[in-house]
Amino acid sequence: MFYMKAETLISVKTVTMIPGDGIGPEISAAVMKIFEAAKAPITWEERNVTAIKGPGGRWMIPPDAKESMDRSKIGLKGPLKTPIAAGHPSMNLLLRKTFDLYANVRPCVSIEGYKTPYTDVNLVTIRENTEGEYSGIEHMIVDGVVQSIKLITENASRRIAEYAFEYARNNKRTSVTAVHKANIMRMSDGLFLRKCREVAENYKDIKFTEMYLDTVCLNMVQDPTQFDVLVMPNLYGDILSDLCAGLIGGLGVTPSGNIGANGVAIFESVHGTAPDIAGMDLANPTALLLSAVMMLHHMGLHDHADKIQTACFDTIRDKKVLTKDLGGSAKCSEFTAEICRRVQDLD
Amino acid sequence: MTTRSVRALSGALKPLFSPRSPQGYVVAVCHQTHKSTYTAPPARYGGRHTVTLIPGDGIGPELAKHVCELFRFCCVPVDFEVVNVDSTETSEDDINNAIMAIRRNGVALKGNIETNHNLPPSYKSRNSLLRTTLDLYASVMHCQSLPGVRTQHRNIDIITIRENTEGEYSSLEHENVPGVVESLKIITRTKSLRIADYAFRTAREKGRRRVTAVHKANIMKLGDGLFLECCKEVASGYPEITFDSMIVDNTTMQLVSRPQQFDVMVMPNLYGNVVSNVCAGLVGGPGLVPGANYGENYAVFETGTRNTGKSIANRNTANPTAMLLASCLLLDHLKLHGYASMIRKAILSTITDSRLHTADLGGKGSTSEMVQSIMDAIQSTGPRTQRH
Repeated sequence: MFYMKAETLISVKTVTMIPGDGIGPEISAAVMKIFEAAKAPITWEERNVTAIKGPGGRWMIPPDAKESMDRSKIGLKGPLKTPIAAGHPSMNLLLRKTFDLYANVRPCVSIEGYKTPYTDVNLVTIRENTEGEYSGIEHMIVDGVVQSIKLITENASRRIAEYAFEYARNNKRTSVTAVHKANIMRMSDGLFLRKCREVAENYKDIKFTEMYLDTVCLNMVQDPTQFDVLVMPNLYGDILSDLCAGLIGGLGVTPSGNIGANGVAIFESVHGTAPDIAGMDLANPTALLLSAVMMLHHMGLHDHADKIQTACFDTIRDKKVLTKDLGGSAKCSEFTAEICRRVQDLD
Repeated sequence: MTTRSVRALSGALKPLFSPRSPQGYVVAVCHQTHKSTYTAPPARYGGRHTVTLIPGDGIGPELAKHVCELFRFCCVPVDFEVVNVDSTETSEDDINNAIMAIRRNGVALKGNIETNHNLPPSYKSRNSLLRTTLDLYASVMHCQSLPGVRTQHRNIDIITIRENTEGEYSSLEHENVPGVVESLKIITRTKSLRIADYAFRTAREKGRRRVTAVHKANIMKLGDGLFLECCKEVASGYPEITFDSMIVDNTTMQLVSRPQQFDVMVMPNLYGNVVSNVCAGLVGGPGLVPGANYGENYAVFETGTRNTGKSIANRNTANPTAMLLASCLLLDHLKLHGYASMIRKAILSTITDSRLHTADLGGKGSTSEMVQSIMDAIQSTGPRTQRH
């Protein structure tokens, strides 16, 4: 549905919602309720992405899901169950390949009211998501000797570096640090580093530094405030983004966004499906909500984004209505209702 | 069979059936596995050991000087053979000399040698060359919360054991198509079994209850899958030790939220790099943790996180604790336990005094002040010479 209000010229945007499994449906419902309370101009198109076998025997996502994403370009995804021995690859991998989601962005900001040993964390990890160590190319050369191939290409490195600097510029960040291990992996990480340096030339307003992976890890756990935007290949990105998520409180409160070619962007919560509490109204929708806020920023709806984020953080800071994982005893619906109330009050 | 061969055969079997060996027929098993008991390199020339000393770059030379100073003060029966490695040289003569010196002496203490990563791949990392040539397959770091050092977490006591010679550090890279680089990560059964066995033996010797293997076998199914399988195989031979495994990204997350849950961790090369640096950061930083690289025949001691500390070189602000504790590990390796515990006690008592803390611990102290305080602490405990 697409209509324009002549007086305010706000067009309602369509977003493909993929609720996911386990606690996915309940937290998606919570997010939709909060968005409604905030009067965000979003219509949701719910789709399922369970893999089906397409013509030619290749696994693919259902065509209606693909069509919806191609049209709306923006998606919000809940946690997906990774099937074991179901014959098809993980859905996350399938989505990544289908939409060429090359950048995984995780902003890690300390949440006031959810105390961790680290305060004032405010950094963003940008991880190359298509190649590197996760190419999946492995061979057993002789019995007992395995070779895994790490692939680094010029194009992918340039693309991720460009995205990192664009992100830094658009979000008013001051520096970008490339994380690498070029002292050991001279050619591969060397290529990645060279591309980052080349792209940095076009963004003189942003400070560019390089740091070894081990030095980053060492400094990160001592003083995370010294980092701003970090850009890196796949494996280091995987490890570092989870490390940073741990600094602010874990995957239950960390947002994440995947940027693809052709303007597609899918925002998701990165925690698991939590089958043990599914359907019991105990889940914490914060991660999905913060990802949805990231999505609103991406779409340019900054006012709505700020409003929802403030309401969420105020609720957590107040500590009166918190879900169990945040240290409280409220139900998911109560937590959601509280945020909705605050959002409406902020109007 | 001829008479002669029968006689020879009976001659061979006779000792087994003699009254002195009543057990009867004993099969002598020739096993290829490494020695289970370690013997220190013999002390030569009047009961003194010779140890190779490679100062390295950055803060390496000044710290090496402090170690020599301290050893001389304590009358430690160790002589250092100093071998300099020039990291600006492209020829490998220097590092080969160093390697030969270590082969000669059996043990070494080294600072980190800088690697200019802008040079072409033909220039290999000197540190890496040393480790692989001498087959120093286990890199061990013991991260303990130290009294007097303020960190976000307390009561950490983790031993990280990292495979030191293969994995992602094989330096096998090629560019088949311009713009596409492939880097090979090699995991072998022999080396994985070897490091797993080392980890479990260490856990048993030190009375540890739990060994955690860190991996990414959900993605690198063959490579890390093989590593995990080898660990499980070895674990079955140590029933008193609990074995579990954890994926590397979850591990780092757990380390920053609840590091007290970990005991001994064993992992391939790259994850070992990440995890050991995280652990070092958790207990107070690169200035505090010593590291050891053990091989079958050689041992090399250095600071745990292997930094050159270029930015603070020659300013007398480096924290000497890591290097001095590494020298204590060296003394333990040479079975000079008396000297090792004496120096270690003095270091720990100095660290508790926050007035002496160097810049990395948030203080304003200098390296020489710290070393002087350690020497004073040793002097106050009694006679400088000690029998071991």
